[in-house]
Amino acid sequence: MIEREILLEKMKTSPYRPIKARIVEAGMLTDKEKFFRIELEGGIDLHHQPGQFVMVSIFGYGEAPISICSSPTDKGYFELTVRNVGTLTDKLHRLGEGDVLGIRGPFGKGFPIDNMFGFDLVIAAGGLGLVPLRSLIRYIMYNRNDFGNVQILLGCKTPKDLLFGDETKEWMRRAEIKFNCTVDRADPDWKGNVGLITSLIPGVDLNPTRTYGVVVGPPVMYRFVLSELLKKNIPDHQILVSLERRMRCGLGKCGHCQIEGVYVCQCGPVFDYAQLKNFKGECHEKAA
Amino acid sequence: MKYAVLKKENLNKWLEYLKKKARLYAPRKKENLFVFRPVKDVSEVCLKYIPTILPPKKYYFPQKEKLLKFSIEPFKTAKAISEFEEFILFGVHTCDIAGIQCMDVVFRDGPEDPNYLNRKDKMTIIGIECLEYCDQYANCASMANHVPRGGYDLMLVDIGEKFIIHINSEKGERLVKGLSYIKESGETEMSALERLREAKKKVFKEEFNAPLNKVKQAFNQGFASRVWEDVGKRCVACGNCTAVCPTCYCFDVLDDMDLSLNEGLRYRIWNSCQMDDFAKVAGGEDFRKERANRQRHRYYRKFKYPVDKFNRYFCTGCGRCSRSCMAQINLIETVNSLAAEVKES
Repeated sequence: MIEREILLEKMKTSPYRPIKARIVEAGMLTDKEKFFRIELEGGIDLHHQPGQFVMVSIFGYGEAPISICSSPTDKGYFELTVRNVGTLTDKLHRLGEGDVLGIRGPFGKGFPIDNMFGFDLVIAAGGLGLVPLRSLIRYIMYNRNDFGNVQILLGCKTPKDLLFGDETKEWMRRAEIKFNCTVDRADPDWKGNVGLITSLIPGVDLNPTRTYGVVVGPPVMYRFVLSELLKKNIPDHQILVSLERRMRCGLGKCGHCQIEGVYVCQCGPVFDYAQLKNFKGECHEKAA
Repeated sequence: MKYAVLKKENLNKWLEYLKKKARLYAPRKKENLFVFRPVKDVSEVCLKYIPTILPPKKYYFPQKEKLLKFSIEPFKTAKAISEFEEFILFGVHTCDIAGIQCMDVVFRDGPEDPNYLNRKDKMTIIGIECLEYCDQYANCASMANHVPRGGYDLMLVDIGEKFIIHINSEKGERLVKGLSYIKESGETEMSALERLREAKKKVFKEEFNAPLNKVKQAFNQGFASRVWEDVGKRCVACGNCTAVCPTCYCFDVLDDMDLSLNEGLRYRIWNSCQMDDFAKVAGGEDFRKERANRQRHRYYRKFKYPVDKFNRYFCTGCGRCSRSCMAQINLIETVNSLAAEVKES
């Protein structure tokens, strides 16, 4: 744990100073999303929790918050999956193996793993929501005996938007988890489900008091999936979501990620529904 | 020595002395308004002033502040500021001192912000107590910031021919000790101070129609109030209100490359929650799209969120947001309408 303390000390004395890191593997997952495996200088571990994020720096281009998609049980490196949507992510997409980045973090509160031990899990991922959830899923796979039944539901727009294709195929084959995937629009080669992710939930068999529901996806997905999980009588504090916000500092200061009185970069990005339902109107884009 | 006395005729002499001790910032006139500026000529220092255009926050939380020096090849980062400079803020109103206390709470709350704390360490605050209202925009009595409530090193009170100086820290004491023209205050001055405080009670009256705890209650219940729609319709999203607020501290981070294209600086610059892209994420979702939501957010960041979190109101009562609003959105009116509406329902 010594190196973790060094990392923490570094973050404390100069929280705005990124640590040098190197891309050791990179590749496109879809047309828009690129995968990166990254090593911190000195080979130290990031020591993150599943669900946390880092601030990625490319000098001259700035910084952006990116979810970690690898599990802390993957040692010696961590992984990011990035959609090309802005100045920094566009530049990031042009980087490859051997290129150098700056990393600050990990930041925020991830999934409450300790509370989830022994519970059954229903994990619903919409589109890019699979990225932060992959850190949790990989963690669960590594510590499979610490959890009850695990069901993963994945929804994306079309088959070619499917992230981590090889890995999800592997999940499908594994007997100790149940994996279901659906697309909004199929193509001729698609043999799986067609329809919204919400259509997968009524068929899920679960014992609500001993189940955690975990939902990550675009804002529009939340209200529908959450109401399906609530219909199943899962208690509010056992339904988890991760919220996307525009973090600029990660330190609970700059104000950009604030929902009402809460700084998502410090108190989130993972929230349970008991917290979420108390937000009066800044959780959804359309709320007035 | 707890209280000292300075004859007004010696004020400039003392200012000259302070100027030699550290960089000195004080209010002075600029056209028909006032600004804090580095003191060059002590005769320009003006102690009878309405709140300056910008609060002194520009000195402890600069508009554009270096966070980091970097180079791309080889990858290198370094502290951008190696040494912070000693400075004295002179003639700060009690409302603005309350603003500094708010900022202290925010930047000390973990994870701490070393840039702010380093500046704060080098700062000496010499306040001046207001004996009458600056103008109709202030709501300092409702916020109980019209009287000194700590947070300063020295506090000046004008008792006519002289200033009484309250010494509130060792740092402050060092600036008055050993000077022939600053003496320990006697009975007469202390009773003058008491009379003056008594008289002040007749001048300053709570500006809100409800006491502060009722105002807080109105905010607890008023999230969906029509008041926000009304304010939102008038707001032009210029961001004046947040720039001039002594307790607004939101910022953006940006890189500035030099012409070598290899080295540069990372800055933080003031940003405003009133700007339309402030809460927008890369994917396009905007979580506070309407001006009504953004104005409501600003008010809640003064009257509810920090009260819940830090037990401290982040409105200091300085009145700057109302004074500088291009759409005449007035804080006292807004709070009063909200309190009245919640009372009716």
